[in-house]
Amino acid sequence: MPSRTGSHRPAGIGKSLSERGLLLLIVLVLLEGSVLPLGAASSPDISHKEDLDKHKVPEENYTKKAFPVLDLDYHHVHTPFEVSLWVLLASLMKLGFHLIPRLSGIVPESCLLITVGLLVGGLIKLAGEKVPPVLDSKLFFLCLLPPIILDAGYFLPIRPFMENLGTILMFAVVGTLWNAFFVGGLLYAVCQIQPANPSILHNIELLPCLLFGSIVSAVDPVAVLAVFEEIHINELLHILVFGESLLNDAVTVVLYHLFEEYSGAGTVSVLDCVLGVISFLVVSIGGVLVGAFYGILTAFTSRFTSHTRVIEPLFVFVYSYMAYLSAEMFHLSGIMALIACGAVMRPYVEANISHKSHTTIKYFLKMWSSVSETLIFIFLGVATVDGPHAWDWTFVTVTVILCLVSRVIGVIGLTYVINKFRIVKLTTKDQFIVAYGGLRGAIAFSLGFLLDENLFPMRKMFLTAIITVIFFTVFVQGMTIKPLVELLAVKKKQEAKRTINEEIHTQFLDHLLTGIEDICGHYGHHHWKDKLNRFNKKYVKKCLIAGERSREPQLIAFYHKMEFKQAIELVESGGGIKLPSAVPSTVSMQNIQPKKPPTAKPAERVLPQLPKGREEEIRKILRSNLQRTRMRLRSYNRHTLVADPFEDGFGDLLMKKQKMIELEKKIHDMNNYLTVPAAPPDSPTMCRARLASGKDTDFKPAQQHKGNTICPDPQAYSMKPTSDSVPTIHVDLASPQSPDSVNVMDEFKRASKKRDEEDQGLMMRPSTGLRHAGEADGGKEQQKLTRCLSDPGPSADEEEDEPFLP
Amino acid sequence: MNVRRDPLRSLSIPTVSVQSRLVSGPVKSGGRSSRGMGALQSLPGNPEYLDLAEKTGFSFEQIKILHKRFKQLSHNEEALQRDHFNAIPDLACNPIRSQIIEAFFDRRNFRQNGEGIVEEIRFEEFLLVMSHFRPPSLHKIEEQRDSVRREKLKFIFNMHDTDNDGTITLEEYRHVVEELLSLSEGLEKDTAKSIADAAMLEVASISMGHMEPDEFYEGITFEHFLKLLNGFEIESRMNIRFLNMDTTTLCK
Repeated sequence: MPSRTGSHRPAGIGKSLSERGLLLLIVLVLLEGSVLPLGAASSPDISHKEDLDKHKVPEENYTKKAFPVLDLDYHHVHTPFEVSLWVLLASLMKLGFHLIPRLSGIVPESCLLITVGLLVGGLIKLAGEKVPPVLDSKLFFLCLLPPIILDAGYFLPIRPFMENLGTILMFAVVGTLWNAFFVGGLLYAVCQIQPANPSILHNIELLPCLLFGSIVSAVDPVAVLAVFEEIHINELLHILVFGESLLNDAVTVVLYHLFEEYSGAGTVSVLDCVLGVISFLVVSIGGVLVGAFYGILTAFTSRFTSHTRVIEPLFVFVYSYMAYLSAEMFHLSGIMALIACGAVMRPYVEANISHKSHTTIKYFLKMWSSVSETLIFIFLGVATVDGPHAWDWTFVTVTVILCLVSRVIGVIGLTYVINKFRIVKLTTKDQFIVAYGGLRGAIAFSLGFLLDENLFPMRKMFLTAIITVIFFTVFVQGMTIKPLVELLAVKKKQEAKRTINEEIHTQFLDHLLTGIEDICGHYGHHHWKDKLNRFNKKYVKKCLIAGERSREPQLIAFYHKMEFKQAIELVESGGGIKLPSAVPSTVSMQNIQPKKPPTAKPAERVLPQLPKGREEEIRKILRSNLQRTRMRLRSYNRHTLVADPFEDGFGDLLMKKQKMIELEKKIHDMNNYLTVPAAPPDSPTMCRARLASGKDTDFKPAQQHKGNTICPDPQAYSMKPTSDSVPTIHVDLASPQSPDSVNVMDEFKRASKKRDEEDQGLMMRPSTGLRHAGEADGGKEQQKLTRCLSDPGPSADEEEDEPFLP
Repeated sequence: MNVRRDPLRSLSIPTVSVQSRLVSGPVKSGGRSSRGMGALQSLPGNPEYLDLAEKTGFSFEQIKILHKRFKQLSHNEEALQRDHFNAIPDLACNPIRSQIIEAFFDRRNFRQNGEGIVEEIRFEEFLLVMSHFRPPSLHKIEEQRDSVRREKLKFIFNMHDTDNDGTITLEEYRHVVEELLSLSEGLEKDTAKSIADAAMLEVASISMGHMEPDEFYEGITFEHFLKLLNGFEIESRMNIRFLNMDTTTLCK
C-alpha cells in the first residue's frame, strides 16, 4: 500500500521517471515477444503437430537421448501468449498514463493510446517484421466491441434516454443518413470536377462514394465514451451524443450492406430504395427484439439462481453475448441488441442476484470494456502504421471538411425541427457540443477494413481518409472539447447526491403530471409512462423477480437506501463528529416533532425508546437492504471504480486522525447531552485483533469495520448513549454474510469496541480534518468520501430501482 | 402549536405581466375588461380568448381545445365541481388524486393573491391552474427562469401546505408521503411516516444547520422549500405538452 501512495505526490516525479523507463523496457520486451513468432509458422495446428512429433521422438529413441530438463516450445503457446502480451501492454499503458502527473488532465486517454499504438507499430516496422493485422474486423466486431457496448447498455441511464428518445433517434437516423449522403454525394461531385488528377479520382463512381460516406459519417460510441467521460458534461448532452452513437449502428449497418451490394451491381432502382428502408426497420427493430428477448430470458433465469450465486454473473455475460451473436448472425444490429438486452435485463436481474454478484458484474464489465477500449485505440495506432496507405491530398482534405460541415449543418437543421417538439429546447451551446462531439472511431475503420479490394480498388485511399478523419476528430476535437466546454460554461454534471426530498418530489411530480394530463385529456408521455409502469409492476415484475422485492415501491426502496447510507456515514464519521449538511444529524427528531409531552426525561429525549415491533422492523430493513444498498451510490464512470482512500498519504492520515480525536473530545465536552462511555476501553491493539479475527473479509478497505447503530432518528444514536440499557443494532458491513449478521447487542458491552471502530473509521476518512476549515470544501470532500465508502457504482443514483421504463 | 409566520411567505407569485412576456402566442396589451363566460362559450375560437391568452399564456388553439375538454368534463355546464373531477376514469388510479383535485379549487393557484377554497371553478380558473404547467419558452433570461421556477415550486408547495399557513408541517408532509404510497399494497403506515420523518430531518438540517435539542423546527417555509429543491430542475420538468390538436374525442 505505501508504495502506491507516492505516485501522486510531487516527490514522486523522479520515481515516476524511473517507472517510465521501466515501462519502456517492458514495452520493448513485449514487442520482442510479439514480433518474434510472426516470421515462423503461426498456425496453432502446425505447432501442435510438431508438439506431437516431439513427443514421439523420445519414445522411439528412449535410451539415446537424455530427458530434456528444460525445453523451449514457444509455438505451443504462442497465440494465447501474444494475446496476453497485448492485453498486458494495454493495461500497463493505461496504468502508466496515470502515473505521469498532469498528462491525463490535458490529453484524453484515447489520444495517448493511439500514440502508443503508433509507436509500437513503428517499432515493429523498424524491427523489420510484418505488422500483425491487429485490427482485424472479425476480432474487432466479435471480441473487442461487445464488452464496451454491453457495459454501455447495462448501465445506460434509462430515464434520460427514454425522455430524449425522439431527439436521439432523430440525430441517429436522420442525422446519419444526411451525413452519409451529404458527404458521399459532395465527395463524388468534388472528385468529378477535379481535372488535375484524372487517373485516380475520376474513376470513382457514385456508389463507392456513398458507401464511403456512410462508413465515415457514423459517430462512434467508443470514441465518444472515451472523450465524454472525461469532460463530465451534463446528462442531457451526454445522453444525446452517446445515444446517437449507439443507435446509429442500425443505419450504418444497412447503408453499408446496401451500398456494398449495389456497388457490385452498379445500379439502384426505386425498389432497392424501398427495400433499403424495410431493411432498416428490420435491422433495427429486429435487433432490439432479439436483445429484449435475451434480456427477458436473463431476467427469468436469474430468478432461480439463488442457490448457485457464483454463476449469476456468467448468465448476464453469456446471454448478452448470445444476443449480440444472434443479431449479427442475421445481420441485424448487434449493438442495438446488446443495448436492449442490457437495459431490459438490468432492473430485474439486479433485484434477483446477490450483491456480490452485482459487484462482480460491474467490475467485470468495467474491466473488459476498459481493456477492450485500450486495445482498440492501440490497435488503431498500429494499423495506421501498418497501412497500406494511398494518400491523396484532395480526397482526404475534402473528406475532413465535408464531415465537419455536414455534421454542423445536420445538427443545426435537425435541432430546428426537434425544438418544435421538445419541451426543453436545445440551446445554441447544446447544439455546438452535440456537433462538436461527433467523434469517429474504430468502427468506421473496421468497416473500411472489411471492404473487398477487388470490388473497391479505392480501398487504400478510403482507409487512409477514414484514419485521417478518426485522427482529426479524436485528436483535435477530443483535445479541444474540454477547454471549450469550460469556455462556454456548458452546464456540467451535477455531482450532488440525491436527497430523499428530491426523490419524494420526483415521484410526486410524476403522478401530478400524469393527473394533469388525464384532466386535460391529452394522452401524453406521462400518461403512457404511467400505464407502462403499472403494467410492469402488475405483471412483468411478478414473473421476473423472485420474492417480495417485486412489490416494493420505488420510494420505499430509495428510502431504505438512504437510511442505510446515512447509517454508514454516521459510523464512518466517528459518531460524534459533525456530519455534512446533507445528513440530518445536526437536527434530531425532537427538533421537528411537535412537542406533545414536555415532561419527557432528558435521557429519553435523546434516546427514544425503541418499541419491540419497530426494532424488528429496523432489523428487517437492514437485513434486506444490506444486499442492495451499497450497490451504486456514485455516478457512472467506466474507468474509475473506486477512489483509494489511502492515496492521500499515510502520514497525512495519521495526523488527521490525531486531530479528529482531539476534535471529538472537544465536541464531547461541549455537547450537553453527550457523555463519553464510562467503560474503560480495551487497549486498541487488543480490539483490533479481536476485530480482525472476527471479520474475515477484505472486500474493500474502506468498508472493513463499521459498527452501526440505526433507528428512525439517526441523531440519537450517533452519540454515545448515556444509558447502558438501550438496545442497538450492530451491523458488520464487512462480513460477506453481512445481511444475516445483524446482531442486537448491548451497546454498553461493546462500547470499547465501538470506540476502536471509530478510530478505524477515522483512518478511512482523510478528508474529515478539513471540514471545519471550510464548509463548502467540506461538503465536496464528504461527497468524495461517500463515494469512497459506499460501494461505488457505475450508475447514478436515480437509476436505482427505476421501474422498467421511466 | 407555536406557529411562526414566515415573513417571506407573502411573496406573490409572478404577476401576469411577467407571464405574458413569455407567451409565444399573440398578446395585445390594453385593458380589456373580461367578458362573461357565456359570451365566450357562444363564440369559441374568436378574439374573446384574447384576454385569457394574455392571462395564462396559452395560444388560442390550446385554449379552444382546453375549453372543449372543460365542457366535456362539466357536461356543458359553466362550472366544474369536485365530482366532475372524481368522475375522470384515468384519475382513479392516481395516488395523489385528491391533492390534484384540491389544487384546482385552491384560490392560491389562481394567480390573484386570494386564499381559501372554492366550491366550483369556471373555465378561467381552470385555465389559470393549467397554466402552471406550461413549458417555458426557449429564449428566457435568467431572471425569468428564476421566476418560472418559483412559480412552479409555489404550486407544489401549496399542494403540500393544506392549511395555508405558509409552512409545511410534519403532519402535512407525512400526509403527502402517505398519499404517495397509498396505492401500493402491503405497506404499513409506519413506513410512510418514517420516510416523511427522514425527509423532514433532512429539510431541517439543510435549512437550519445545527439545532439545539430544545429548539423546534415548525415546518418547511417556502424559502426553505426553494433551497431544498435547488438541484431539482423543476422548470424543465414540471411541464405538460399542451397539444394543438383536439383529442377530446379519444378521452372518456
